[in-house]
Amino acid sequence: MIFFQLVIDGLSIGSLYALLALAMVIIYKTSEVPNFAQGEMAMVTTFVSYHLMEYYGFTFPVSFLGSLIFAAMLAVFFEFFFLRRAKEPNILNFIIITLGFERMLYGLAAWKWGADQRLYPSSFDPLPISSSDTFNFGIISVSHISLIIMSVAFVLIGGLVIFFKFTRLGIAMKATQQNLLASRINGIRTNRIMSFTWGLSAMVGAIAGMLFVPGTATPLDSNLMLAPLIKGFAAAVLGGMTTMIGPIGGGFILGIIEKFFGFYISSEFETTVSFTIIVLVLWFRPSGLFGRHYIRKV
Amino acid sequence: MLSLNNIETFYGLIYALKGVSLEIKEGTITAILGSNGAGKTTILRTIMGLLDDQPEKGNVMLSGENINFKDPEFIVRKGISYVPEGREVWNELTVRENLAMGAYIRNDKNGIKKDLEGIYHYFPVLQERENQLAGTLSGGEQQMLAIGRALMNSPRILLLDEPSLGLSPILVKSIFRIIKDINRERGITILLVEQNARMALMIANYGYVMENGRFVISGTPEELMENEDVREFYLGIKKDVSAKGYQRWKRKKKWR
Ligand SMILES: Nc1ncnc2c1ncn2[C@@H]1O[C@H](COP(=O)(O)OP(=O)(O)OP(=O)(O)O)[C@@H](O)[C@H]1O
Ligand SMILES: [Mg+2]
Repeated sequence: MIFFQLVIDGLSIGSLYALLALAMVIIYKTSEVPNFAQGEMAMVTTFVSYHLMEYYGFTFPVSFLGSLIFAAMLAVFFEFFFLRRAKEPNILNFIIITLGFERMLYGLAAWKWGADQRLYPSSFDPLPISSSDTFNFGIISVSHISLIIMSVAFVLIGGLVIFFKFTRLGIAMKATQQNLLASRINGIRTNRIMSFTWGLSAMVGAIAGMLFVPGTATPLDSNLMLAPLIKGFAAAVLGGMTTMIGPIGGGFILGIIEKFFGFYISSEFETTVSFTIIVLVLWFRPSGLFGRHYIRKV
Repeated sequence: MLSLNNIETFYGLIYALKGVSLEIKEGTITAILGSNGAGKTTILRTIMGLLDDQPEKGNVMLSGENINFKDPEFIVRKGISYVPEGREVWNELTVRENLAMGAYIRNDKNGIKKDLEGIYHYFPVLQERENQLAGTLSGGEQQMLAIGRALMNSPRILLLDEPSLGLSPILVKSIFRIIKDINRERGITILLVEQNARMALMIANYGYVMENGRFVISGTPEELMENEDVREFYLGIKKDVSAKGYQRWKRKKKWR
């Protein structure tokens, strides 16, 4: 029975990796930029939601929504003032700009909230959730918070899949990434698409952050998104960055591998597992498990 | 309807268009002929507003409105659609999605549906391959898709950049016939850039010949086809061998 328990736990944490991987893939798909500031954007947003609850007394739902708006604005601001100004856009420049932004956010959070250990509230007033309660299905137990995480993640993932497959805006985002010239001459306002992409990705990443922290009882700290980000990245690489199913499948598989590894071998080396997976995938199957890469005909 | 007045365009320091003037009448097909590097594509890019801060001099007028320095996103909404050199379809979208995104600027559901049917009528192969990724189409099919997608914009003016490039002779014929049909049946004004002078002059109402960033001669297809230089250099019809039994090995073009 421990098998099912580990699978459930793996799915729960894996759904967060899937969200983080999706957040990265959304930007990667639209602008071919690996966004190294993704984790720090989510980290700062999580601190903002904490701040709203702790110092301004807002309830969890209000701070949650408020900080999502903050996340979107932060990303749109960054895209507009930093990335768009880059005169000679190439991947290396973009990587450096996102890395610089990552350091800025890290410094900001360390300066503003870094002094003492803080804990994210463990009850979500007025929502009837608490991190300590569990549901028991026979021998398997699932904490309320895991259940919430999984439901939010599933709904969000489903929504994103539908969005990219069937809506005009979603397809326009893919079109912009595939061929900028074609998109512009067909009237797609690619600049707005870029802003929207960054906003959407930041919100998805922030949701993962705000679920991750209470879900794993991680203390608030400016490094808090470091490990999850590496895992999200591993999930994206594992599944493949070219399709939607890649990061989603990769996230769940990684979550389950990690739980089994942690239970049977050692939980000290969880991050090492992710890193090993990245390397192995890049060696043996660079387009990822679910990758389908269309080969450009020249 | 569309006119260029003394356009000069630069790519950095490269002087690509050296004063180009062009007048396109509503409902006609205008052809621009010229060898590689003459500047034909540059004219279309300038019209579409794809070159930042260009043209350096002159202006592009659409029905009396100056559209210099406007974005392509704006220009396509004004009714000018562009089928670029090299097709530029969205490789990883299906044929159906490519056509649907062609209608991105439109909201008239019924009109969109009707235009889609019209395009499937011109190019039945696109309907057969509706769910195939555009990147896996053959070159000719991609060309049809590119034209179909531009028609989905519901344009008043269609700019076509070398639609016959890389197509088999039979396909070239049918593409040109369809271009003519599009012009006749839908009243869409067409500006056609072509290397295949013979085919282009067959369907055009008026033609320009371009060399080195300038128009060197213009006229109706009949006039152009009678011109010695056009005949020799663009249609490949050699003058009779001279009385002495050999041809002068290098004849100067008169317009130089
Ligand atoms: N992006 C660019 N940067 C610098 N020079 C350019 C650029 N694009 C075109 N040119 C130059 O401008 C001139 C005109 O090019 P253009 O593409 O308009 O030619 P074309 O008539 O369309 O030729 P072709 O029939 O081969 O397509 C050429 O000399 C070309 O080298
Ligand atoms: Mg050209």
